[in-house]
Amino acid sequence: MSAEDRSPDPVPAPDHPGMGWLDASGEHAEIVLSTRVRLARNLQGHLFGPRAREEDRLAVLERVQGAVGRVEALKSAEVTEVGALEARTRRLLLERRLASRELVGENGRPPGKGTALIIGSDRSLSVMVNEEDHLRLQTLFSGLRIHEAWNILDTTDEELGQQVPYAFHPEFGFLTSCPTNVGTGLRASVLLHLPALVLTKEIGKVLQGLTQVGLTFRGLYGEGSEVVGNFFQLSNQTTLGKSEEDLVDHLDRIVRQVIQYETQARKVLLRDAASVTEDKIWRAYGLLRYARSLSFEELMNLLSGVRLGAALKLLPGLRVYPLNKIMIYTQPAHLEEAAGRELSPNESDAHRAAYVRRILASEGVVSPDKGSGEGSSSPDATG
Amino acid sequence: MVCENCGSADAVMHLTQIVDNEMKSLHLCDKCAKEKGVEEPTTPENFPLTDFLAQLGKEGSSGTALQRAGSCSFCGLTFKEFREMGRLGCPHCWTSFEGHLRSLVRRIHGSAQHVGKVYLSPDPSVSEREKRLEGLRRKLKRAVEMEDFERAAELRDEIREMEPAT
Repeated sequence: MSAEDRSPDPVPAPDHPGMGWLDASGEHAEIVLSTRVRLARNLQGHLFGPRAREEDRLAVLERVQGAVGRVEALKSAEVTEVGALEARTRRLLLERRLASRELVGENGRPPGKGTALIIGSDRSLSVMVNEEDHLRLQTLFSGLRIHEAWNILDTTDEELGQQVPYAFHPEFGFLTSCPTNVGTGLRASVLLHLPALVLTKEIGKVLQGLTQVGLTFRGLYGEGSEVVGNFFQLSNQTTLGKSEEDLVDHLDRIVRQVIQYETQARKVLLRDAASVTEDKIWRAYGLLRYARSLSFEELMNLLSGVRLGAALKLLPGLRVYPLNKIMIYTQPAHLEEAAGRELSPNESDAHRAAYVRRILASEGVVSPDKGSGEGSSSPDATG
Repeated sequence: MVCENCGSADAVMHLTQIVDNEMKSLHLCDKCAKEKGVEEPTTPENFPLTDFLAQLGKEGSSGTALQRAGSCSFCGLTFKEFREMGRLGCPHCWTSFEGHLRSLVRRIHGSAQHVGKVYLSPDPSVSEREKRLEGLRRKLKRAVEMEDFERAAELRDEIREMEPAT
């Protein structure tokens, strides 16, 4: 990790490998944080991740390492053996959403030999080696870019498949350790911020609808994680019986609908509860701007309000990008990395609040006086 | 209480917004609530792989059927072990337990036939090449439909490269 995070510069750029997805550059970036597509692949003749012996793991890594030089997008890729990294560095990879819990090792223990993360030179493409499946190829982009993410992944998969022999079955497709991933091995997911659907209590209906059209939702960190800060990760539930293009098209179509619902709900909030919405947003901003101690959960809940405010232009001049950075750089391992030492939970909360204050101060364009005069409708009594 | 939206009917739906310690409610009648699409939130079910696996055990199957399923000839994983941990041991397991997995996969995905990319191993036979060409042609058609002409041109070149010279 660069010395950048330790520097007094309040707004470090996300120039760590693989961090481009943070920069709020993609389509609908005010609602869609990121798009991820991944493919599960396994090599012929080796035991799958959970049962793989050390010799399998090392052989898989060796074959893949030998192949990356002949795959365009991975030519000058950086191959990192995860087990050789310090515990905190492994947690950084998890917090940056570049590695799964399984890849970085459960409960702080290092993962087995041969576990590796390969990050492509264009930094949006990466490969996890010796996770649950031998290979998990993934692309991660800012905003809504499902087709682009798929096309790049597809090309890389074709090239890599010519270098290493994938396990493939004419009926079941690409073979995986878990039957829920077999077939295409494709999981496309989009991380959406849906505060207005939550506030208007329509989210239940939307989520229920999703399951009826073959999609599923998860929290910020994927499988098994809770929903925090009104972030929902939508993805395809099934991987077999439909072509990759159909899976990707379907997700894209449904996500656009959900974005429409969210946009509509935001309008409803502004129309029917303008003063309350505005008040909530300014209170959240005020707390983040001045608090001296923030737990990650509290931060995420307040940030949700502030993010909504930025998107609705109720917090004049506040950009979405710094808010994305706050989400990543205020996680425990990142705070410790910036401090250069371990932090107790209390210290962590204080460092988190300090970081948020610095970022919001450096944005510095928001003026409460100006804001309160502009956005509010009538000073209606509430109730 | 009257509906805040139409001002005539009785409010039956109370939309609540909480701002720190303050709460604001929007009170709506049944009709207006429906129009606004307000509904009680529900939690959808999570993906029930364990249920599928448990069912797989019950159905037709007694211990003996499971024993008959035997073990994978490559990695030695037994079907019972698979049921317990939900993960297969190696690619060959898919052949060893083909029948059982077919019905499991059908229940998970609603289908047991892969229709996505056909993998052409590094040393392809002619028939595999044909299948792959078919896949590429399908992609090309789709790229044209989507008006992604850059991608279409790439695919066309790829197809030309693969097609035997005439």
